[in-house]
Amino acid sequence: MTTNGWVQFGLLGMTVALLTRPTGAWLVGVYSGSFGALGFAERAIYRVMRIDPNQDQPWTRYAEAMLTFSVVSMLMTYLVLRLQGMLPLNPQHLGAVAPSQAFETAASFTTNTNWQSYAGESTMSYFSQLTQFTFHNVASAATGMAVAAALVRGVSRKGSAGIGNFWVDLVRGTLYVLLPLSLVLALVFVQQGTIQTLQTPVVATTLEGVTQTLAMGPVASQEAIKLVGTNGGGFFNANSAHPFENPTPLTNFLQIVAILLIPAGFTRMYGRLVSSPRHGWVLWSVMGLLLTAGGAASYYAEAHGNPVHAARGVDVVGTATNPGGNMEGKEVRFGIPSSTLYATVTTAASSGAVNSMHDSFTPLGGLVTMLNIQLGEVIFGGVGAGLYSMVMMVILTVFIAGLMVGRTPEYLGKKIRAREVQVASLYALIFPAAILVPTAASAVLPQGLAGLANAGPHGLSEILYAFTSTAGNNGSAFAGLSGGSTWYNTLFGLVMLTGRFAMMVPVLALAGFLGEQGRVPDSSGTFPVTTVLFGVLLISVIAILGALTFFPALALGPVAEHYLVNAGRLF
Amino acid sequence: MRTVPLRPAITLTTVLCLLTGVAYPGLVTVVAQLLFPFQANGSLLSVNGEVRGSALIGQRFTEDWYFHSRPASAGGYDGMTSGGSNKGPSDRALADTVASAVAAVVRVEGGTAGAVPSDMVTRSASGLDPHISPANAALQVARVSRARGISRDDLRQLVARHTELRQLGVFGEPRVHVLRLNLALDSAAARRVR
Amino acid sequence: MPTPSDPARGAVARRALREAVVKLHPRSMRQNPVMLVVYVGALLTTVLLARDLAFHPGDSSPAFTAQLAIWLWFTVLFANFAEAVAEGRGKAQADTLRASRTRTRARKLDDPTQPDHYYYVSSNELERGDFIVCLPGDVIAGDGEVVAGVASVDESAITGESAPVVRESGGDRSAVTGGTKVLSDFLVVRITAGPGETFLDRMIALVEGAGRQKTPNELALTILLAGLTLILILTVVTLEPLARYAGTRLAVPVLVALLVCLIPTTIGGLLSAIGIAGMDRLIRQNVIAMSGRAVEAAGDVDTLLLDKTGTITLGNRHAVSLHPVGGVDDHYLAACALSASNADETPEGRSIVALARSRYGQKTPSEGDVRVLPFSASTRMSGIDDEVHSVRKGAGDAVTRWVREHGGLIAPELQALVESIARGGGTPLVVAERLHGVNGSVRVLGVIHLKDVVKAGMRERFERLRAMGIRTVMITGDNPLTAAAIASEAGVDDFLAEARPEDKMALVKREQLGGRLVAMTGDGTNDAPALAQADVGVAMNSGTQAAKEAGNMIDLESNPTKLIEVVEVGKQLLMTRGALTTFSIANDVAKYFAILPAMFLTTYPALASLNIMRLHSGNSAILSSVIFNALVIIALIPLALRGVRSRPAPASVILRRNLVLYGGGGLIVPFAGIKLIDMALVAMHLV
Repeated sequence: MTTNGWVQFGLLGMTVALLTRPTGAWLVGVYSGSFGALGFAERAIYRVMRIDPNQDQPWTRYAEAMLTFSVVSMLMTYLVLRLQGMLPLNPQHLGAVAPSQAFETAASFTTNTNWQSYAGESTMSYFSQLTQFTFHNVASAATGMAVAAALVRGVSRKGSAGIGNFWVDLVRGTLYVLLPLSLVLALVFVQQGTIQTLQTPVVATTLEGVTQTLAMGPVASQEAIKLVGTNGGGFFNANSAHPFENPTPLTNFLQIVAILLIPAGFTRMYGRLVSSPRHGWVLWSVMGLLLTAGGAASYYAEAHGNPVHAARGVDVVGTATNPGGNMEGKEVRFGIPSSTLYATVTTAASSGAVNSMHDSFTPLGGLVTMLNIQLGEVIFGGVGAGLYSMVMMVILTVFIAGLMVGRTPEYLGKKIRAREVQVASLYALIFPAAILVPTAASAVLPQGLAGLANAGPHGLSEILYAFTSTAGNNGSAFAGLSGGSTWYNTLFGLVMLTGRFAMMVPVLALAGFLGEQGRVPDSSGTFPVTTVLFGVLLISVIAILGALTFFPALALGPVAEHYLVNAGRLF
Repeated sequence: MRTVPLRPAITLTTVLCLLTGVAYPGLVTVVAQLLFPFQANGSLLSVNGEVRGSALIGQRFTEDWYFHSRPASAGGYDGMTSGGSNKGPSDRALADTVASAVAAVVRVEGGTAGAVPSDMVTRSASGLDPHISPANAALQVARVSRARGISRDDLRQLVARHTELRQLGVFGEPRVHVLRLNLALDSAAARRVR
Repeated sequence: MPTPSDPARGAVARRALREAVVKLHPRSMRQNPVMLVVYVGALLTTVLLARDLAFHPGDSSPAFTAQLAIWLWFTVLFANFAEAVAEGRGKAQADTLRASRTRTRARKLDDPTQPDHYYYVSSNELERGDFIVCLPGDVIAGDGEVVAGVASVDESAITGESAPVVRESGGDRSAVTGGTKVLSDFLVVRITAGPGETFLDRMIALVEGAGRQKTPNELALTILLAGLTLILILTVVTLEPLARYAGTRLAVPVLVALLVCLIPTTIGGLLSAIGIAGMDRLIRQNVIAMSGRAVEAAGDVDTLLLDKTGTITLGNRHAVSLHPVGGVDDHYLAACALSASNADETPEGRSIVALARSRYGQKTPSEGDVRVLPFSASTRMSGIDDEVHSVRKGAGDAVTRWVREHGGLIAPELQALVESIARGGGTPLVVAERLHGVNGSVRVLGVIHLKDVVKAGMRERFERLRAMGIRTVMITGDNPLTAAAIASEAGVDDFLAEARPEDKMALVKREQLGGRLVAMTGDGTNDAPALAQADVGVAMNSGTQAAKEAGNMIDLESNPTKLIEVVEVGKQLLMTRGALTTFSIANDVAKYFAILPAMFLTTYPALASLNIMRLHSGNSAILSSVIFNALVIIALIPLALRGVRSRPAPASVILRRNLVLYGGGGLIVPFAGIKLIDMALVAMHLV
């Protein structure tokens, strides 16, 4: 571990901290309706849709609109992939995508997961990448943000039947947040070397006279939204490790910032709109602390390298000229610190973009990436999704600990009673169910075992990671697992849909329930949610809930592997 | 019974598809091609009008008179595929590959087991890593010097010239650009011949 | 309320042990999802043990499985025992109450105006609306309203107070309770509750916990615990295939053991005991809550509405000084005040008489041709008319209006005097006279200064409430100036002055509109609407039937400050649940470290590094955890019954203390406990 590595960690923290306030203010403007610079475009869209933008939807209608939109857009993508061969912008003449693959991919992009069990450069035409994936990168991100905005309204309103209008939230999130941010970021990326072209692949003759075909494509535009919308689906198989996606250490840093920007901003927006800015900062700090802990653990593990490899002659001690540590599956321009930082952030924030191969991380480094997702995608999390997942955790925390102050638990003036606990419990139950059940099935059935690239506990880690990532709508992978089989494609598709929509609906229900309530004024008897103590409590609940659920599975995967690797055991 | 809001869903899907899938990437493409045509088209390096590769994509070097890139993944520095080995830390095959790579470094470069730079015997994430670490390059100087008949000091200077430092002094790690270094070697050789 | 004496405790425990076994019936186990899982696990383990003994001797150690099964059953029994103990205390009290419900004969009337024409019916044949007459020695056959007569009644069966109380028709003392005994005179009572619905019946049902429904908060907690249990079932069930991948077969009893240790059995086992014990603690305070919901709401109360008179101040005001105006001699003022108050039997009136006598040496005027005008709400004055003059005393504006009406003049200094007394928290009573005769003059004589006496210790109590985040509002009919002075003397946060009955209701509604929960006490019929509207309405047992019907709690001691204890009991109830939930969940950390390495000892010996407690063997680790899990339920029964100590402090302070105690304790205690049990098991050669 180097000083410079820690400086990069510190710089990231500072940058995100500085950007949180303006981003939050921006989001407030977008979702409270006070921004209107593109009002003409908005109104035109609403007219075409024949909707009344002023109509306030109750949570059931909001959920219905959200689900209908998602189903329609998913169906469209399925059709486009199946008909890819007949569609334009296909210089490589790529054929139709197989049914189970098309289903999984459509589900993957609709759910903001961007799990890719195919190599983008050799499977998807420019048409598919542009019209479908870039579209979903925006739309699924805007959907997540809309649901979070609806929840914020539920918490901040009193005695209100409505939680906003899904269509308006979707359109405004797209027009005012995602597209402008992506546009700027894409051009910065191009300046640094990310490609943006519709050319056919370029053929070069290497110095040794071999032909090297260089894949091309409209990468930068997709790259920007992939990060800003915590999507993570790369243009290329190697994702952000590919030099055409992430050419320099600076783009790498900007990518990490871009992943965290909106999720961090949401905590600020939340704090402001629920009139407790301190509570917003407490959530931010809890997220920041968990992120730092994960990042430090991952950096430590990767910088110390793999003892098995050290025993075979690799110099794992980093110096000014030798990256040291575990460089398997990492790029030299990023080295250990930028790779572990990226891995931590991308898993914590439900992005799933990768600049290093998590499958080749040391057991503990891999454990961090997995655990980040398993804690419920609450460490900044996906755009919107991070906030609402965190609020669910807060509800559980407030309920358990709130009883201890001798009152019906109250959260920001809202009583947490049976039905609120019911949806929060449902939410907390769906996530581990979506991970553990298919993991267990795949660990014993031949269809599941067929896809493994590694034996022993690492094989189990690959399966566990896959379902963790799909349920958490992350999209990163222990990529050794061949996920392209019908078994995995089908399961992943279903798990992603469950991990997204079966969790969004309880969130919207909670928004509705809270919005209907009045608001109890604060008193000194109110459970405090703006204190350090509350932060500690929240971390404990997140950690204990995550640990309770996943500790046995992790013990058989990365934890066992850690002890075995230290003892020199191989598989 | 009320009907599901199909109409707004379909129209919005269409509108956003055009907006985000056509207008947005189209705008980025046009502006990028206008402002940064070199980067937007792949930072291609041409020698005498012939494309010899991209400044961003690594190439495979096997000859003794070139500095070698990191060990190739399955794709073998083919620009149409990308990815890492995806072998886990407890994988026997990976350990064996690393062991034989270490042995090769000891044999070919005269390195010592236990002091082999970590990037030299491991595969990158993209399989297209254009860089190697300075320690890696330093270890190859002796071989290239022998093959090219250039003094080690001259080579070290050349390596130093193609060593990229941390960006803005902070980001990333110091690294040597293999393709540029080898191009420089070739052009230096060409100058000498002339 | 008679509480069971010490000898009864043994009986309670014996009954609880019996009940614990009876409660193993699946129907009662179904009430509690967490314990149901343990129950099914224990059954499963027992069946597997039987199978092992019958078919596969030696396949897995039957001695180990047997011990596991025994402790799993103990876990269930311990939880049942806890509930039974809590119920037992109520049952013992119910028995005492039931003794007074013996069927009595009632003297039924067909015409309430003719109390002599009664005939006998059995008390359980009485319907709502029937009339009965009660003569000395009769046990009143049912709840009702006195429509005629006045009698002294012994209510000790209900309240435990031996002093008889007066019950009479009309007014606020008209309610009688079935089971109480008429000592003198007679009462005609209109029955207001049918058989089985009487106050006594309800009380028995309440203390017994019969038909006990889960309170909102308990329901929410049950849902959370069920959710947590489901998550952990998922974790444990999926562990089997994962272990199979790793090459281990996990025995079902071991999986059951892991599951039982992980699910929140501590709180699950004690949850209903906590609720019952909370009701019981209220009963010990002589408060009957009509529902558990009301007890919970008490813990949530934000605003406490308290009547000034009788609650904050002693029921009566005292005259402390006389202030003549317009040059009137102070002895003359004293004499007039005395004559105007002589017939006034209110405490205020008597205190004026006492003051006039002691300080001004006035003698009681001789009985003459005196017409007494009692105080009326419309005139807001009282007084006398005799041969010489008419004297009036009363509220300042009422008396000055009377003076003006009769053409008199008001002394200029009166207004200032009245205000200064009021500002000081006193009640100014203006005295005026009108001399009879041709040139009869009318004038104000002066002002009597009446003073409220704030009860001792009120200020401290309100401070405790404030520390808990509860705002107290004093309700008084006084004018704002007086009210403000008393409010500041008593230390309440706010006051409502010149309150009429409908203002009380409006205040309750206004507070609730702001999202606050309101508690209030009341006894009069005109309190009933507000009592019904309040979230916690405590009716005084001495109050009217209407008030008692409207409130959701009844204070048998009729002590208006009891609300404070009620609030504390409510808070304690919630705190205890929260504390034990936290404790239960925190426990799991240690249990994982005990059981997981034990499970995979054969496949991955390297995982032994996780065995940080250095437990003896896999079997001992699993068994120790299960035993610890069961014993902790027993160990916490006293806490569940007594409740977590509630101290008046801001939420953040309480949270910190309870978190350290029950969260921190929950993390640490099992490490020590499991290790100790492990050592004991090894020492006893049980593993």
